[in-house]
Amino acid sequence: MPEQLVFGMEVILNGLMAGVLYALVALGFVLIYKASGIFNYAQGVMALFAAMTLVGIMNGQVPFSHLINAIFGTHIHYFGWNVPALFAILLTMAVMVLLAWAVQRFVMRHLVGQEPIILFMATIGLAYFLEGVADLMWGSEIKTLDVGLPQGINLWIDESTFNIFGYGFFIDNLDIVATVIAALLVAALVAFSQYTKQGRAMRAVADDHQAALSVGISLNFIWIMVWSVAGFVALVAGIMWGTKSGVQFSLSLIALKALPVLMLGGFTSIPGAIVGGLIIGVGEKLFEFTLGPALGGATENWFAYVLALIFLVFRPQGLFGEKIIERV
Amino acid sequence: MLDSSEGYVTEDGRKIGGVVMEMKNITLRFGGVVAIKDISFDIREGEIRAIIGPNGAGKSSMLNVISGFYIPQEGEVWFHGAKRPQMRPFEVAQQGIARTFQNIALFEGMSVLDNVMTGRLNFMKTNIFQQALWKGKAEAEEVENREAVEKIIDFLEIQHIRKTPVSRLPYGLKKRVELARALAAEPKLLLLDEPMAGMNVEEKEDMSRFVLDVNDEFGTTIALIEHDMGVVMDLSDRVVVMDYGRKIGDGTPDEVRNNQEVIDAYLGVSHD
Repeated sequence: MPEQLVFGMEVILNGLMAGVLYALVALGFVLIYKASGIFNYAQGVMALFAAMTLVGIMNGQVPFSHLINAIFGTHIHYFGWNVPALFAILLTMAVMVLLAWAVQRFVMRHLVGQEPIILFMATIGLAYFLEGVADLMWGSEIKTLDVGLPQGINLWIDESTFNIFGYGFFIDNLDIVATVIAALLVAALVAFSQYTKQGRAMRAVADDHQAALSVGISLNFIWIMVWSVAGFVALVAGIMWGTKSGVQFSLSLIALKALPVLMLGGFTSIPGAIVGGLIIGVGEKLFEFTLGPALGGATENWFAYVLALIFLVFRPQGLFGEKIIERV
Repeated sequence: MLDSSEGYVTEDGRKIGGVVMEMKNITLRFGGVVAIKDISFDIREGEIRAIIGPNGAGKSSMLNVISGFYIPQEGEVWFHGAKRPQMRPFEVAQQGIARTFQNIALFEGMSVLDNVMTGRLNFMKTNIFQQALWKGKAEAEEVENREAVEKIIDFLEIQHIRKTPVSRLPYGLKKRVELARALAAEPKLLLLDEPMAGMNVEEKEDMSRFVLDVNDEFGTTIALIEHDMGVVMDLSDRVVVMDYGRKIGDGTPDEVRNNQEVIDAYLGVSHD
């Protein structure tokens, strides 16, 4: 087998794995958008916030320690204990639910019935606010996150591909875990929104507020639930990205990568978010591999956006989005 | 539980029970505008009670007060012999008061079946994990609710559009789906806001028949708002007439028809 082709296969595999991570973030967007018609710009920052909170809790960091020290002249930074990963994840989830409640109580509740663009602006505000809170709460230095997920080269794949092609593929164990978790997450989300009473209620609320009220659905409850689920997805994405590239503020920028994913997959489709993520992941890796050298490299930075732009021109509803039909 | 005063028997021999809902001196204001002015009336078990009046009389506002969408500044709402505390619309719905809307409020993106199923949300008692896994009780519960829904779909003759997304349906059928969703909740009181508005004669006849059948078959207490005097007089057992937020008549269709104030409101009075 020609060497180029074998390399290409490795590139595609790695692209798929990267795509899964994009899809994870995109999922959070789709979920809130489907359930409330809000495009939540803060999704990426929520992932960052979740990852920072998780690290902070695990390391026994004192929240707002800089603020406390500055006011009281103390020098406390750590409680001096370490929290086991699983327990810390549960605690972080509790924080995310609390955040969901706060978002609903202090922001969204006052904007019921407003134009989508107003709600969108509110989530931009939320993103910056949350970024500031995360900084104030846990500090801005880069931290490593290790919840015990396997990392490093997968030797089995390395060996078996070496036996077949005479060249061992480098696939990170973390990426494999991420793929499995993403699959589980999607299955759980689909089961939730299709089969449960709360999922049905959520879809109902997204469709028509008045009608939802008239069949006995509490809008407040559903919205808090939607933001909690988005918080949960953000936590999962935060763990994956945080483990992969360290918990740092540039994490919130991965949210921007989710935008082209959504334009490809459509804003309203869960399978779309996945397929879109995979296409972007594979596309940008493959593009870099084949045409990158000729174009001066670093094409990964812009490839996704150009692809999204092309989609916007020819298929604005994305691959799986609801068809836009104008009735005249 | 119900009002001790006995009911009455209608001309066609249906037995009407005690008072289910009583509105006591309701006043509703929007800023300086008085939408409802000191109105009292009751709704009895098993009857079809109509609220009529010219445009802007406050009929819809009254229905919104009953269903909790509006909160009146003054007055009390009594339901099943107890004063109702201030409630939000979804809590009113959970109490067993279902409604339809003048401008149709359906879940446009869902199929007819899913729309009607949302009417059963309050009957689902198994927990979220059982439902997600589709195991044991959850499955039985779903089947049970589904059967109830299919019965209503049959009853309202919308079997052929069960799987159709609501957004594709014509107006008349949408109105019927909305009625089906309200019925799915097995309401103790069903509120219909202009169920026949914007329909052609044939559709109106169909809808009238369904309203009568629902009342007859399920014994559902119905309060409806209607514009079309002819329809109202045929359908209802008792009629409240509103004009400019006031109650100007209350009684059987015949009584109302011969009420001078009602005639004036509908036909106008000369001021010379």
